[in-house]
Amino acid sequence: MNSRILPFVGFLVLFALLGAGLVYVRDHNTSEVPSPLVGKPAPAFSLPVLNEPERVVDSRSFLGKPYLLHVFASWCYVCREENAVLMTEGRQMGVPLIGFDYKDEPSDATSWLKQFGNPYDVVLADLEGDVAIDLGVYGAPELFLIDAKGVIRYKHIGALTSDVVRTKLMPIIKTMEQEPSK
Amino acid sequence: MIPELGQIALILALLVAIVQAVVPLIGAHQKSALLMAIAKPAVYAQAFFVAIAFGILVYLMLVHDFSVMYVAQNSNLRLPWYYSVSGVWGAHEGSLLLWVLILNLWTVCVAMLGKHLPPVFLSRVLAILGWVSVGFLLFTTLTSNPFARLLPAVLDGKDLNPLLQDFGLIIHPPMLYTGYVGFSVAFAFAIAALLGGEVDRQWVRWSRPWTNVAWASLTLGIAMGSWWAYYELGWGGWWFWDPVENASFMPWLAGTALIHSQAVTEKRGGFRAWTQLLAIFTFSFSLLGTFLVRSGVLTSVHAFASDPERGMFILLFLGVVVGGSLLLYSIRAPKVAGGLAFGTTSRESILLANNLVFVCAAGMVLLGTLYPLIADVLGLGKISVGPPYFGTMFLWMMVPIAVMLPFGPLLRWGTDDLRIALRRLVPAFVSALVAVVVAWFVFGGDSSWKALLGVAACVWVAMGVLRFVVLRVRERPSGQRFNREQIGMIVAHLGVAIFFAGVLITEGTSIEKDLRMAQGETVTVGDYEFSFGEITRVEGPNYIADEGQIRVVRDGKEVGILRPQKRQYSEGSNVQTEAAIQPGFYRDVYVALGEPLGGIDGAWSVRVYLKSFIRWVWGGAILMMLGGLIVATDPRFRRSAVPATVARSNADDVIPVSAEAIA
Repeated sequence: MNSRILPFVGFLVLFALLGAGLVYVRDHNTSEVPSPLVGKPAPAFSLPVLNEPERVVDSRSFLGKPYLLHVFASWCYVCREENAVLMTEGRQMGVPLIGFDYKDEPSDATSWLKQFGNPYDVVLADLEGDVAIDLGVYGAPELFLIDAKGVIRYKHIGALTSDVVRTKLMPIIKTMEQEPSK
Repeated sequence: MIPELGQIALILALLVAIVQAVVPLIGAHQKSALLMAIAKPAVYAQAFFVAIAFGILVYLMLVHDFSVMYVAQNSNLRLPWYYSVSGVWGAHEGSLLLWVLILNLWTVCVAMLGKHLPPVFLSRVLAILGWVSVGFLLFTTLTSNPFARLLPAVLDGKDLNPLLQDFGLIIHPPMLYTGYVGFSVAFAFAIAALLGGEVDRQWVRWSRPWTNVAWASLTLGIAMGSWWAYYELGWGGWWFWDPVENASFMPWLAGTALIHSQAVTEKRGGFRAWTQLLAIFTFSFSLLGTFLVRSGVLTSVHAFASDPERGMFILLFLGVVVGGSLLLYSIRAPKVAGGLAFGTTSRESILLANNLVFVCAAGMVLLGTLYPLIADVLGLGKISVGPPYFGTMFLWMMVPIAVMLPFGPLLRWGTDDLRIALRRLVPAFVSALVAVVVAWFVFGGDSSWKALLGVAACVWVAMGVLRFVVLRVRERPSGQRFNREQIGMIVAHLGVAIFFAGVLITEGTSIEKDLRMAQGETVTVGDYEFSFGEITRVEGPNYIADEGQIRVVRDGKEVGILRPQKRQYSEGSNVQTEAAIQPGFYRDVYVALGEPLGGIDGAWSVRVYLKSFIRWVWGGAILMMLGGLIVATDPRFRRSAVPATVARSNADDVIPVSAEAIA
């Protein structure tokens, strides 16, 4: 085959992608994927609290009640818009909201939280992204709902919307409330 | 009435553009001098109508005609006149009109300065630029009319986005567009050559100055955007790998590859098809940037208001222009590898490596920018790919560039002995080592590897470039040592050295502190003392601000008083951080106010940054720009016919090897 046609073929692929993106953006807002980790126990981890490196939090200390683990970063633009949702609805879900600062500079994250608001009960810092690998984090933002036994019950990739809170997270949280918490 | 005149002018410009796009092409095909002669008058007429439309929009902004939607949405009565003017390109519709205006200015320049071009070739070039213009004028008139009315008119308009009310933003977009759009000239030359099946490579020589000017403008435009982000966003960062920044950076990377491959094609005849492909790529990246910024497929801080209809239009336009040219390329690109042969150790090889790295870098940025979109389409959700990806990848891609750069000018075309070049660069290597050791002591114990790498890269590249200067001075009689092209190359490459130092030393040694400061409190950061005075209310033309007063003292001497502000523009907009900066050759002192923390001591959170070598980042970029402009002035590019002359232009550039050419 004439190799001079390759750039054109490459462009067709790009063109298809951009077209699909355009149609997609028009019709959708967010989506979720089943994660292989959903329904499995979350890997145990221990991470320092942001800006308090000497205070290390172990994930086992969360056992006994459900919590939300939210992956964010100061370099993540989507997180800025999403932050408003977390500030309002995120705080009203009745479960602790744990921030997971992903591959970040502590000073950037601190100023970011000051500027846009800090919805979290505590912020853990995974500055190198090591724990994120165990958790199967693709990027920021992501949200894990983990139950009292430490099992991941739901994972949302991408920006959280009030729609997701209402239709996905709240029903699961409601059912969890009826489970025995042992 | 006047807004309608503007709209009519746009429609007339569109009609003329269609004539400019079609008639000269037919003329070139039929060798009809009459039809080809239409090209120039059409160019001038189109530019005239576009200038009228643009002038009318400026006028409407100045007289605050709030019956025009665009004016009402982007200016108000309290806006100073200069921001009313720059508000013309502060939002989607107006900036599109600026795009078209700049395209017309470029086209007029080509028409006026292109006397040395064969008429057939010039007609094709102008026609292709006409096609580009048709696309953008259609886009403007069909989906983004800046003259649309707002009836009934409002009494006062909204505010221009406060972030954009700044000197940097008055000139940043025009510079950036001059670069973006300028690549359309290189593109038009390449397509005209493909259409004409030029076996000759004259067209590359003619297109080089245009490409260099476009590249220089884009360099300055990007640098200004970075400078603006640094002092206006209040984060002290100068590059964010934001999708819109990437949209301007991709054409720059491809353009950097292009200006180097053009040199090879012009002088040696090699890389002919590759140069054509790069010219198409570079302009395609400009169009792709336009698509990404204006279609809303990517989330970004400075994306324009999105509209799927607009996105669809640009995508189709992108498909026609890029798809069409690549198809043309696949049919008409020269099949035989032309040009003079070259060996493994030669200037061609080094430039080929340069091209591969820069194209890979552009591909890397493209992938990272589109990854969120890919994830979105495949249902993986919305994801940001940020500095952890781009920063790391780009740093390692630039390492081979830094290592290779000094070899480029020192190696001869065709074939050369690597050992001679290596021997010549021994002093540069030794200086780089010495500099790293010195830097180790100067930066002190906490010197990071990045800062040391920056020092090494800077000294290695700068000394390597100077080695070339020394060589020319030693071996050539005065008067024949440097042509303009070489001077430009030297200046631009020194800019690269300065840039490397700026980026890496800033990253490695800057001190950034977020502090809680009570009024009257003094804190020490690095070897500076900062005393926080009182916070006062100040009033600007269209905002009120809390202004802090921070006295900066170093070694007991007052360095200055910095007055950072938190500005509240009208209309209940967000609060804007206005950093206060004391610039310095080696170090900026940067202070920005955070939030009031309450409490009786009136404490605020304050960001105090000591940004070392940050000015070098932009200084390097300015040198690169100057280099590009100097190259463009080389008179050789404007000769209409150089007696066929591989041999001659070759002789121009060879550095005679003399036995004593050892350091």
